[in-house]
Amino acid sequence: MSAAPSTTSALPKAAVPFLKIPEHGEPYLEGHRCSACKEVFMEARRACPKCTKIGTLKPEKLANTGKLYNFTVVHRNFPGVKVPFISAIVDLDGGGSLKGNLVDIEPDMSKLKFDMPVKVVFRDAGRQDKAGNKYLAYFFIPA
Amino acid sequence: MTNVYVVGTDMIKFGRFPERTVDDLGAEAALLALADCGLTIADMQAVYCGNLFQASAAVGQRVLKQIGQTGVPVVNTANACATGATAFREGWMAIKAGVYDLVLAVGVEQMGKGLLGGGGGKDDGIPTEGLLGSGTMPSVFAHVGLEHSRKYGTTFEQFAKVSVKNHHHSTLNPKAMYRVETPLEEVMNAEMISYPNTKLMCSVNVDGSAAAVLCSEKKAKELGLMSRAVKVRASALASDPWSKHNLAAMDFNPVTQIAAKTAYEMAGLGPDDIDLVELHDCFATAEIVHYENLGLCKDGDAGRMIDTGETALGGRIPVNVSGGLLSKGHPLGATGIANIYEITTHLRCEAGERQVEGARIGLTHVVGAGSACAVHVLEKV
Ligand SMILES: [Zn+2]
Repeated sequence: MSAAPSTTSALPKAAVPFLKIPEHGEPYLEGHRCSACKEVFMEARRACPKCTKIGTLKPEKLANTGKLYNFTVVHRNFPGVKVPFISAIVDLDGGGSLKGNLVDIEPDMSKLKFDMPVKVVFRDAGRQDKAGNKYLAYFFIPA
Repeated sequence: MTNVYVVGTDMIKFGRFPERTVDDLGAEAALLALADCGLTIADMQAVYCGNLFQASAAVGQRVLKQIGQTGVPVVNTANACATGATAFREGWMAIKAGVYDLVLAVGVEQMGKGLLGGGGGKDDGIPTEGLLGSGTMPSVFAHVGLEHSRKYGTTFEQFAKVSVKNHHHSTLNPKAMYRVETPLEEVMNAEMISYPNTKLMCSVNVDGSAAAVLCSEKKAKELGLMSRAVKVRASALASDPWSKHNLAAMDFNPVTQIAAKTAYEMAGLGPDDIDLVELHDCFATAEIVHYENLGLCKDGDAGRMIDTGETALGGRIPVNVSGGLLSKGHPLGATGIANIYEITTHLRCEAGERQVEGARIGLTHVVGAGSACAVHVLEKV
């Protein structure tokens, strides 16, 4: 196995499985909605964690807009992780909740408000795997 | 079904013992608990051992190699921060079921320093800590606290007061890792880890062990052990049910509410009947939300509770008079049984300077990421 950069593909890899990178068109977040209880989950499951119905989860493209449900400014982390940063939990419009970094805003608690509108953007993760592959990640930015 | 009693219990003084082994630490607590009721390992019909970091390494059997290989069944448990409480509960259940009359439960952990959670590198893909938010435990519990702020306006200062209280309590507990007063300004000005949790609002990673001898009513009477026995009025365990933000952020509230409700129903009593509580203050923010989850106050009233000192020693319902995980220390697998030791010591009126006067009924609570929550209700005989 070669670790040379020449083995990397033209398209970046996705940082998480629910970030989809189509060959044509824009990247998007994929959720799975339960046809019985209508709840949305970020990953596929054999049955619905909420209502326990089997085989009811169907993939769907999630919204790129949402609201800031929760946040914290992280000042201490593992070596190599740049601090401070904002860890955010966002409720997407139409369903789906996920954690991510809120960027393009000062990591200052006084600048952050519960339920402030945010947008989902897709950018280079700034991290590569051992083979030198580039990764695309999702970020939240103030709307 | 028989009543089940704690007849012997003890813990080692928590600390950092890198030169010792997990089995040696566990063995010390086991022998202390056996000596507390004048029994030996030869009297035990089964052993339940809680340990998380060496879950695949037969820690319970290794403890017996230190104190006596009697050939009895050994069950090793691993259940996040409810690991020790789960071992205790398995022993309780076996006696309830009539299988045994006398069992030993041991909890032990060797920790090392540093951040827990968040995950490191992977062989495939890239690490996501600090890229897709933060999964370290201080951050997870920062989100837990700020969710309470979101709902009720709870302040940084109110969260910090939990640390002031528990550090104060620990000065009265000779078995606590730290025994130092931390004034409010010191807590709030300590290094910020994940807002609002400063370094002094994070539990201490320590090594430690605790053990308990559980006994059926018939056997306790036969052995003349009832005078210092403490009855297990309830033992409840829950996993995290579905809730809206649980998969994105870890929600420790519903899992605790279920375990508490189950325990109160089993005990046939309510929060107003509880005289003292040892709850899972892995971070200062956690203690606040668990006041409400355990029904110690109405929803939204936890901030007022810490402001008025109701949960301090001498208050209406003292919480974590041991110093809690914040100052006594949090050796994961030992914590659940150390809580049992603390409550039992108060119900026996043997807690010295930190004694909760007239304590008759106490509650223990642990909850670990994943999630697992255990609640026990203990009663003076
Ligand atoms: Zn469903």
